[in-house]
Amino acid sequence: MTNGWVDIKNTDLMLIMGGNPAENHPCGFKWAIEAKRTRNAKMIVVDPRFTRTASVADYFCQIRAGADIAFLGGMIRYAIDNNYYAKEYLLNYTNAAFIVKEGFKLPDEDGVFSGFDAGKQSYDKSSWNYAAGDASGKPMHGAVAGTAAASLPERPAHDFTLQHPNCVFQLLRKHYSRYTPEMVERITGVPKEQFAKIAEVFTSIRKDGDMKKVATVIYAVGWTQHTFGTQIIRTAAMLQLLLGNVGRAGGGVNALRGHSNIQGATDMAGIFDNLPGYLKVPTPADSSFEGWMKRITPKPSKPGNWDSFNYYGNTPKFAVSLLKAFYGDAATKQNGWAYDYLPKVDRNYSWVELWDNMYNGIVKGLISFGMNGVAIGPNSKKNIDALKKADWLVVGEIYPDETSEFWRSPGITQEEMKQIQTTVYRLPCAGFAEKDGSFTNSARWLQWKNAALPPPGSARLDQDILAQIFLKLRELYKKESGKFPDPILNLAWTYTLPANPSLAEVLKEINGKALAELADPATKQEIKKGQQLPGFAWLKDDGTTSCGNWIDSGCYTEAGNQTARRDPSDPSGLGIHQAWAWSWPANRRVLYNRASCDVAGKPWDASRKQVWWSEATQKWVGNDVPDFKADSNPKDHMGPFIMNPEGVGRLFGPLAAFADGPFPEFYEPIESPVENALHPKQTNSPVITRFSTPDDKYAKASDGYDIICTTYRLTEHYHYWTKNNPMNVQLIPEPFIEIPVELADKLGIRGAEKIKISSVRGSYIAKAFVTKRIKPMTIDGKKVYQIGLPIHQGYRGVAEDEGKNARTLANLLSPTVYDPNSYTPEFKGFLVKVEKV
Amino acid sequence: MSQAALRIQKISGHAGSIPGEDTQRQFTVCKLVDTTTCIGCKACEVACMEWNDLPFGETVFDNSYQTMPETRWNYWNLILFNEHEREDGNMMLLMRKDQCMHCAEPGCLEACPADGAIVQYTNGVVDFQQDKCIGCGYCITGCPFNIPKLNKETKRVYKCTLCSDRVSEGLEPACIKACPTGCLHFGSKDDMKLLAEQRAKQLREHSNYPDAGVYDPAGVGGTGVIYVLHDAKNPELYGGLPANPRVPRSVRLWKGPLKWLGNVAMIGGVLGLAVHYLRYGPKESEEERHPGGTP
Repeated sequence: MTNGWVDIKNTDLMLIMGGNPAENHPCGFKWAIEAKRTRNAKMIVVDPRFTRTASVADYFCQIRAGADIAFLGGMIRYAIDNNYYAKEYLLNYTNAAFIVKEGFKLPDEDGVFSGFDAGKQSYDKSSWNYAAGDASGKPMHGAVAGTAAASLPERPAHDFTLQHPNCVFQLLRKHYSRYTPEMVERITGVPKEQFAKIAEVFTSIRKDGDMKKVATVIYAVGWTQHTFGTQIIRTAAMLQLLLGNVGRAGGGVNALRGHSNIQGATDMAGIFDNLPGYLKVPTPADSSFEGWMKRITPKPSKPGNWDSFNYYGNTPKFAVSLLKAFYGDAATKQNGWAYDYLPKVDRNYSWVELWDNMYNGIVKGLISFGMNGVAIGPNSKKNIDALKKADWLVVGEIYPDETSEFWRSPGITQEEMKQIQTTVYRLPCAGFAEKDGSFTNSARWLQWKNAALPPPGSARLDQDILAQIFLKLRELYKKESGKFPDPILNLAWTYTLPANPSLAEVLKEINGKALAELADPATKQEIKKGQQLPGFAWLKDDGTTSCGNWIDSGCYTEAGNQTARRDPSDPSGLGIHQAWAWSWPANRRVLYNRASCDVAGKPWDASRKQVWWSEATQKWVGNDVPDFKADSNPKDHMGPFIMNPEGVGRLFGPLAAFADGPFPEFYEPIESPVENALHPKQTNSPVITRFSTPDDKYAKASDGYDIICTTYRLTEHYHYWTKNNPMNVQLIPEPFIEIPVELADKLGIRGAEKIKISSVRGSYIAKAFVTKRIKPMTIDGKKVYQIGLPIHQGYRGVAEDEGKNARTLANLLSPTVYDPNSYTPEFKGFLVKVEKV
Repeated sequence: MSQAALRIQKISGHAGSIPGEDTQRQFTVCKLVDTTTCIGCKACEVACMEWNDLPFGETVFDNSYQTMPETRWNYWNLILFNEHEREDGNMMLLMRKDQCMHCAEPGCLEACPADGAIVQYTNGVVDFQQDKCIGCGYCITGCPFNIPKLNKETKRVYKCTLCSDRVSEGLEPACIKACPTGCLHFGSKDDMKLLAEQRAKQLREHSNYPDAGVYDPAGVGGTGVIYVLHDAKNPELYGGLPANPRVPRSVRLWKGPLKWLGNVAMIGGVLGLAVHYLRYGPKESEEERHPGGTP
């Protein structure tokens, strides 16, 4: 979240789309209700189903699953056409005025942007860049000396009148001019009058340019889980920039995370292309530490009379401190901070690819903790088949789950079971209440928790299991050596109890400490060798600091564990709660909060003052921690989006920012009942990879699979877990599939009768939930039904073990295909057929 | 469940004065259920089960998110889900927390013949005392909300106690504590009434619910659980909430104006018994009549 859970109470208007917070985040949803109750805030819900969130909304709009970019793109068009946008904000805080290079082409004719290589299914992105500007900001023609093709120009050309035909604003206007209400209706199935109503309600928050009111966008994996998920979220971010809603209390773009610590997992590099703190991983082409730093450390790129903090310019400080945390004394200036020890990522190791690799015999074993791989899919059969081919599988869990018992999956006969040679090791682990540690919630708050009770029986803590595996490995390397033992032998492992590291010690390591005496000449503050660092501003690139994750630095200081703080006071009343737990970065609660003020540094809305420029002290001060260079005078015109080299928010995502386009374009889901109405010859995103194993099949509507299926979770269950808990099972005892009344009537299905839904990959049996809450839709003149599939069923659980449920996995149906930016699979919006059992 | 700190103001089947009557004044307590902010998460259902140590039961999916068709002797708090299409075509998913309404004039208590099996405390909580329950089921017919349920094995009737054990200690009921959105409130009847009316006014003025209002039916003297409804003119939409609930006429007559008739009948019975005794003498056992074994 750019903002936070509690901050939602400050909003005037909510767009909840791609998420169902009332059901999946009920505790946090209290703040949405609070905004309604205390501010008369309005709530818009756009969803394929009328959900429990919709039941408390002011406006509900049923959309076809996967059509979100068309809807949001239509909103951008509506806002521009009606002059409902924040002009001062747009000019000064976004790249609207930046001029894009000649040679850049929009996808309006053939559905692809400039630079597309059909053979490689990827883009040459060099035309997705700003034009270099001369001293007056006018674009310079031809090659600019000293500017590498793959970097942003130091001085982008710009036109503050926003009239230049190639300025970002005009390109944006042109790009979305195709997203008319009629086009929105054809694609999304939302009648154009209804769309216009919703667009008017949302974008008119900037009627007459008045900046007082604030709107928020709230989403979850209903946006993420598409082959264009990143671009949906980006469209929303662009809309929010256009309306001047980012950085402000009650505004922002807010991802609701589906698990208590999924934000923490992401921050700590839960994906292959990141190191902790979102540092980009080295590749084999980065032959030295310096080379790696040169590639990933951006240089400022901004109009001549502006300033840019370019905070990622500090990347070497973060990287050296990280390597010092990893390798301790073995990381020296001479050996490039032990850069050679870091694995170089040579290809795509994302989740779906790993399972594909296992299926193809490349990955031989899997250690699976904190997830139920075959159930969370996609394409569960492929994952089960992949495990059959693996040599070994280690599962750390608190219950026997579908992954550790993949060989018991329905459909596998006794004979077949005997043929499976995979050795399965099941490690009893500790449950969440048996562990201490911190959870990082959606609001980026690190909240410490204590263990309520010790793990039962022979169950062990996760960190103990990992530590003991590591120590054993190191012992073997010591004894037997190996190809390259140094990274293992030299890994810093300084915990008091090496085989049982305390998580408090790990958190201290993440926070970072001084490895030498440090002093800040400006404040005269000194830090002794060995002391915990107060924050990432102290990090050095000379090896005198170590830090396990720069964004979390400040969470465990000399003053103690900041994440364990529990002071609920909130003097400003804005829900900032500065002394409750600790929020990254630097305990600030709303990101980019400089943008809550006008150019002169005065809050847009005096009743929601977050930070402001104090003439008296010549500093940024406020109720929240300013997300800005504290002494940057507004006259210097430093941009509020300090993590971008431009210092401004990006309406246009230049160069390699995105794999599939600098502006979001609507593409159909990989399985769709219609062709793309914008460009029928380019229906899907052109950069999507389809897989080719026998388990990978993709259907067309003409094959008889013409019903759109979308998967989701229910409030009564937690993933595949709570089917082991009789209380949850009592609340929702059996799996069901939500289908529209009209479809049920057509097929002769009555409520609670068993039905079978099939995709080209597999089938699923459950009871029908015949409901008026999903209506048939008209998509591009064609009648289309959508159905809803809760994911919680599996083959292990209270009812499953008694043989009461059909025991099939929802993800037997979903396709193996993913977003080219985030690598998230497309669980929402694939094709099925429905029949009575 | 008898609560030491609570004082009884009404008692079932009891002749004579009420023990401890008027020794202590208390606020009338009240739950406020704002159906317009209920998200049907069922946290209240779980909290009720856990606080009251109720056992898990079998349920079956029946074309609804609703856990079961109606409350059970061991399931006192149930969210009722109802899909409703408004005249303007807009969809609604109405969710109402169903439980004992703790009526000011409780039909169950009026119907109950067992001495002290149902009491109403001075704070308005209507509580069943299972140790005194005779399992006759009259309370079930007396309730206009279909709340008390019989455990067929133990022949005792159960329902929501308004967590009288918690309330007597100054705590809110478990369901209130568990509610994540704040759609449930607990406090004095006066305060809750005020809060409810304010919310209903807000809905009328700022939402698309011109008929929003408060449900606190006069037919049972008002209730200890009041609802804010989007459409107070049609409470039946919310899982059959009666528009004008009343204690059944038979119960009213039997326990009210016609109570003397019962008393006469009872006195008649006693008199008859005395006459019978005088006429025929004490009842002899078979043993006494046939000493020495079988005839």
